[in-house]
Amino acid sequence: MSAQLAAYSTSTGEAFQFWVLGSVALIGALCTVFMKKAVHSALCLAGTMIVLAVFYLANGAYFLGIVQIVVYTGAIMMLFLFVVMLVGVTAADSLKETIKGQRWLALVSGLGFGILLLAGIGNASLTEFDGLGQANANGNVQGIAALLFTKYVFAFEITGALLITAAVGAMVLTHRERTERAKTQRELAEQRVREGKHLPPLPAPGVYARHNAVDIAGLLPDGTPSELTVSKTLRERGQIRDVSTEALNDLRALEQRAEERLERTEVVPATFRRTEEASK
Amino acid sequence: MNPVNYLYLAALLFTIGATGVLIRRNAIVVFMCIELMLNACNLAFVVFSRMHGNLDGQIIAFFTMVVAAAEVVVGLAIIVSLFRSRHSASVDDASLMKL
Amino acid sequence: MENLIALLIAAPLLGAAVLLVGGRRLDAVGHWIGTVLAAASFAVGVVLFTDLLGRSAQDRTLTQHLYSWIPVEGFQADVAFRLDQLSMTFVLLITGVGSLIHLYSIGYMEHDERRRRFFGYLNLFLAAMLLLVLADNYLLLYVGWEGVGLASYLLIGFWQHKPSAATAAKKAFLVNRVGDMGLSIAIMLMFTTFGTFAFGPVLGSQEHPGLAGDATGGKLTAIALMLLLAACGKSAQVPLQSWLGDAMEGPTPVSALIHAATMVTAGVYLIVRSAAIFNGSPDAQLVVTVVGAVTLLFGAIVGCAKDDIKKALAGSTMSQIGYMVLAAGLGPIGYVFAIMHLVTHGFFKAGLFLGAGSVMHGMNDEVDMRKYGGLRKYMPVTFATFSLGYLAIIGFPGLSGFFSKDKIIEAAFAKGGTEGWILGGAALLGAAVTAFYMTRVMLMTFFGEKRWQPDEHGHEPHPHESPRSMTIPMIVLAFGSVFAGGLFSIGDRFLNWLEPVTGHAEGDSPLSPMAVTLITTALLVVGVALAYAQYGRRPVPVVAPRGSLLTRAARRDLYQDDFNHVVLVRGGEHLTRSLVYVDHTLVDGVVNGTAASVGGLSGRLRRLQNGFARSYAVSMFGGAALLVAATLLMRAV
Repeated sequence: MSAQLAAYSTSTGEAFQFWVLGSVALIGALCTVFMKKAVHSALCLAGTMIVLAVFYLANGAYFLGIVQIVVYTGAIMMLFLFVVMLVGVTAADSLKETIKGQRWLALVSGLGFGILLLAGIGNASLTEFDGLGQANANGNVQGIAALLFTKYVFAFEITGALLITAAVGAMVLTHRERTERAKTQRELAEQRVREGKHLPPLPAPGVYARHNAVDIAGLLPDGTPSELTVSKTLRERGQIRDVSTEALNDLRALEQRAEERLERTEVVPATFRRTEEASK
Repeated sequence: MNPVNYLYLAALLFTIGATGVLIRRNAIVVFMCIELMLNACNLAFVVFSRMHGNLDGQIIAFFTMVVAAAEVVVGLAIIVSLFRSRHSASVDDASLMKL
Repeated sequence: MENLIALLIAAPLLGAAVLLVGGRRLDAVGHWIGTVLAAASFAVGVVLFTDLLGRSAQDRTLTQHLYSWIPVEGFQADVAFRLDQLSMTFVLLITGVGSLIHLYSIGYMEHDERRRRFFGYLNLFLAAMLLLVLADNYLLLYVGWEGVGLASYLLIGFWQHKPSAATAAKKAFLVNRVGDMGLSIAIMLMFTTFGTFAFGPVLGSQEHPGLAGDATGGKLTAIALMLLLAACGKSAQVPLQSWLGDAMEGPTPVSALIHAATMVTAGVYLIVRSAAIFNGSPDAQLVVTVVGAVTLLFGAIVGCAKDDIKKALAGSTMSQIGYMVLAAGLGPIGYVFAIMHLVTHGFFKAGLFLGAGSVMHGMNDEVDMRKYGGLRKYMPVTFATFSLGYLAIIGFPGLSGFFSKDKIIEAAFAKGGTEGWILGGAALLGAAVTAFYMTRVMLMTFFGEKRWQPDEHGHEPHPHESPRSMTIPMIVLAFGSVFAGGLFSIGDRFLNWLEPVTGHAEGDSPLSPMAVTLITTALLVVGVALAYAQYGRRPVPVVAPRGSLLTRAARRDLYQDDFNHVVLVRGGEHLTRSLVYVDHTLVDGVVNGTAASVGGLSGRLRRLQNGFARSYAVSMFGGAALLVAATLLMRAV
């Protein structure tokens, strides 16, 4: 990239780049706000950040551009994704507002603020751009380093302290003290025997192997699904897939076809229904 | 093209981020919106740096990034511990701050 | 010698403390403790008096600084005493008459099981009264002033089981309070005007005129009028006279000591002591003389109609103090004579009251003179002493009252101009009426048929002479009544004694002293003759006749209580009611309205605090938007 890039007059290429990538950034920002799932929001935000990194590079901030990609998009957004994963990937938020008037107030003040900000920038008559040609003459990284370790060295040291504090703080916040000794396998087994419930291991999930099948409850002899067969985590997230009705209906149809083929008379005509529907 | 357009873009991104903070209830998304606002500011700093022809703006943006990293670490830790105790990541659930 | 002054007060104060704190175990000797300590105080007074006599006239002011009471920058109140000729006169009167009445009370209160307490109160009164006359500044005087008020209240209501006594005590206390308010306001005015209230700086001396001489007329008049209000309250002068008649509910020695001889003269003392202030304000002096003249006639008229012997004497007291106030209002012409009449009055009025007490003592506590009659045979000593007192008070030539009252009448005429004639005329008329009502008392009590009747328990009274502890004080006081006036007047002894303190001026009387004396004596004879015609020659009806309009009015104390009730009580009630109404509607309305509106507003504003962080964030963001708008607006402007 030439020093020309950072000068006042922008090339046609940069203008083209701005309009295309600027639209992408805006769309990404809007999607961040309005996507229902946190994962999607995070991905859109990552996109916006990458666009911003490109803009940094276009504005002569080569070091920041790289840092933006490596630290922000690479590290921080991944941290976000980790947390999203911890908290629950699929739990989609409802976008329905619960606080009365909150949405209107937010939109009105947002709109007003934006208009005022734009008007302020428009009023400021910012037409004189010096360009970074001279500042970046010895290389951008060298320039930043020279400033960072002379003029801003104290601030730099203090941010170092801040980072350490934050790391310790995060550890303190998320650390949970274990108040009792973890039970050994033997003790767990003895406890199971003492309680007398589920002496054998829990039953396996259903085995209609359409996909990973771990979230499909196994069926009891009367055809109802047993929640015990599904992992506790999935149960709490409400992610059990109940395929018992259609599976049983399929089975019924299969049996019926077999009967027809064997020319036997029909024994049970009714189709199965879900237990709760039947009880209604 | 006048580079001042970058500033307009930064203003728009900032406003979108701020509105998102106000509208969304999921703490993680709120946090991401805050990051968006910080990034918009960084863009403005970088453009200002170009405008004035010195690197101080970039230095400030750099510091913003560092502080944002620290903030994310602590903020996410708070969200995780909040989720642990309330089984929810909604900011509205933490509403004991009233009379 | 100065150090003895505190002892004067300390002795009775110690007595009061011992008797009131000591409790029942002192019941047997309590009255002797009280009497001995009163006599001790008198003895100290005599020692100091001889010391003063040994000094030159200009050197007779002793001061004793005991300690700094309120040592505040710019507000110095000391416990300091001043003994000069004026104080000395009072000290001797108070402790002398006081000791005699203590002695008398031993016999009079013999059957009262609360006698020890009575003597405690009497000693308390002596201490407070001495503090009043010995104080070297107005604030300390105020302490004594309140102290005698308290003692008076306690002693009037001594028989508090009688509702009438309790009510009378309360009435005296309340009416006195009005006067006390005047004194406190006067002290405050003094402090703001002069910056001090000590006698020395304010009143000055013969050589050095005090601050009072420099004050402007309006402020001085205000101070003087407030002092006069105080004097009216304590000395039962119009318009604060209503309590004295009811105060006769107290035991008779109390009436003699407090409500005849000493305490009620405190107002006269205050006016004479503050002579420097009154001299600077002729307007205030005029008011003083008017008050004195009106009270003089008021008391005399009331005294003519009362059948209760003590109330008749109370009217007389009021009237005689009216003379003193009148004299004090005349300025340097009259100060000395006011005090002289005060002292002689102290003797003969105390003697008369003690005589009345002696009569009551012999008559089963009967007070209605219509049920006496012909007692001279049964109580010869009482009759003799009472007669001497009677002759003294009506101004029989040669006796005490003659000298002192005559001087006051002369001084009133000497005031000059129309005022002089009016005041002098009032004083002359008062002298005639005095002769009338005192002769009436005399005739109804000691002469005529015996009219006594069995009381409600059927006990026939057996009039008898009182024990010696009661007759001795009466005899001593009778001597005073006879000789004091002559002793004081011949050679102008009293005038020379007191002049360095009060100052003296001779007025130019339109009448010669001889003429005044002759007129007074003539009027005296007329008064006595009228009374004899009505009560001596005809039998006195046991049941009071309806009487003329004036008699009926006088029996009701010239409607003083009705006036007070209508004007003050009703007026006060109406004022209070309207104030309560204003308070409830306006003040409470404003206060409650403000509170309610603030409460309502808070209730609505409270909803903003919903606890949702996002809500707070909206307000923050909105605020930021407003801030940006303001910034842009300022730039645009």
